[in-house]
Amino acid sequence: MTTITTTAASPGMRRRAASFLHRHAGVRLSLLLSAPLAWLGLAYLGALAALLVTAFWSTDVFTGDVVKVFTWANFTDLVTGEVYRTVALRSIGVAAAVTLIDLVVAFPMAFAMAKLASPRAQRWLVIAVLTPLWASYLVKAYAWRVMLSSDGVLGWGYGLTATVVTLSYLWLPYMILPIYAGLERLPDSLLDAAGDLGARGWRTFRTVVWPLTFPAAVAGSIFTFSLSLGDYITVKIVGGKTQLIGNVVYDNIGAANNLPFAAAVATVPVVIMLVYLAAVRRTGALENL
Amino acid sequence: MNLSRTSRTLLRAALVIGLAVVYVPLAVVLLNSFNSDRTFSWPPAGFTLRWWGAAWDSAGLRDALWTSVQAGLGATAIALVLGTMAAFAVQRYRFFGRETVSLVIVLPIALPGIVTGIALSNTFHTVLGLPLGLLTVIVGHATFCVVTVYNNVLARLRRMGLNLEEASADLGADTFTTFRLVTFPMMRSALLAGGLLAFALSFDEIIVTTFTAGAGVRTLPIWIFENLFRPNQAPVVNVVAAALILLSVIPIYLAQRLSGGDPQTH
Repeated sequence: MTTITTTAASPGMRRRAASFLHRHAGVRLSLLLSAPLAWLGLAYLGALAALLVTAFWSTDVFTGDVVKVFTWANFTDLVTGEVYRTVALRSIGVAAAVTLIDLVVAFPMAFAMAKLASPRAQRWLVIAVLTPLWASYLVKAYAWRVMLSSDGVLGWGYGLTATVVTLSYLWLPYMILPIYAGLERLPDSLLDAAGDLGARGWRTFRTVVWPLTFPAAVAGSIFTFSLSLGDYITVKIVGGKTQLIGNVVYDNIGAANNLPFAAAVATVPVVIMLVYLAAVRRTGALENL
Repeated sequence: MNLSRTSRTLLRAALVIGLAVVYVPLAVVLLNSFNSDRTFSWPPAGFTLRWWGAAWDSAGLRDALWTSVQAGLGATAIALVLGTMAAFAVQRYRFFGRETVSLVIVLPIALPGIVTGIALSNTFHTVLGLPLGLLTVIVGHATFCVVTVYNNVLARLRRMGLNLEEASADLGADTFTTFRLVTFPMMRSALLAGGLLAFALSFDEIIVTTFTAGAGVRTLPIWIFENLFRPNQAPVVNVVAAALILLSVIPIYLAQRLSGGDPQTH
């Protein structure tokens, strides 16, 4: 004990604090949790709750002020309005199309990376797939604006198709990486066994590879689906006049100055994502994130 | 494996074509930054360095870049502190609601950016009465950056175990000394990796920024987006895009160094 007190050349205060913390795990834990929980638990969740409350308020038509009286009006408008239903369905359609395109494009790429490339090549291929993720989101959307412009390389013009193509491009790495990780975990011996038992390529894929990598694919789809669902920037850049849920929210805050309605619309993607997450939870996809 | 030669060739071709599709648009932006034609008609009309010069001289662009760097550094600093604290709490202790902590930390990035954006701006504006500015941008960015540091530190703590810290305590070091001499050095590369991701995330963010930045505050993505639809600014925007593509090599190099030079992974 004497050596400890002599080597600890620090003032007694610090020493006492250290031994107090050492003895009281509960105090240590509370101190560690205090700041993160105050920030994310109280401030952030509080902000979300406040937004949800706002969704049940309304805006005075003449003054534009928020009227703090409970009403279902925003949600009634949302459900009965033909336009909003169309926009919501279109957004879900876009998110589903992007997810499907990414899945079809990513799977063969991930398979070739995980099962056909040498370990050395694999390392480089992973870097090659990761690299575009570091390039700015806006820059990539902009690149497609340049490519798709009527006198550009592709020259297809802007619109719904351009939006789907650009979003698929943006989120492709988020689909490749989980599937690649899933395929890497799949032992080669299973594929050999399937072959020994007489299964050809397609049958092996259908009965062995796909069932075992399905959770990884679902994990990827959570990214592609949710990122597409909330997007409004790409739509503005390459979508022409196309409107998605995000645009309706944005326009109601900016031009229409109707925060309560914007808040109500913003609950739509959140509810869709919660339903989606609940639906895929049983597949074990959440452990693959 | 029982794949026919044709399937192997097809799969390899899919990989090569897929990667080509990933890189061609970026290459087009790079080429276009030297295109002497203002409208970017394809193929390029001629070679010029004029737009790179114009971008270099743009004061608005320089301000936006500086604002982005400040926002990124501020958000990263907060994320490093909060993320590390949360990771220690979750990895080293068992308590009620432990699973919920992870969920709350992931939530800001799992929800659509526009939801986080308007929730925060509503709180700053109407609930707290704070004026929107650089500070609110930093707060907004820090909120969704915590998760990157948290994930990196959590993974490191899981691998590190408690042996070395216990040895340090047995040798007489107190809590603070052990942290300074043992725990922190072992976490350093995880903190760097998490911080790098946090900075990149903040530097690239536009949606939350749109709602939390006041009228006078312009980060680089906001500047790009504002000038994207102005035909006479198109060449300068393209140069910025090209420069950002070239600059993205830096974090990739650093990330590789961090994962390669990390003794824990070998």
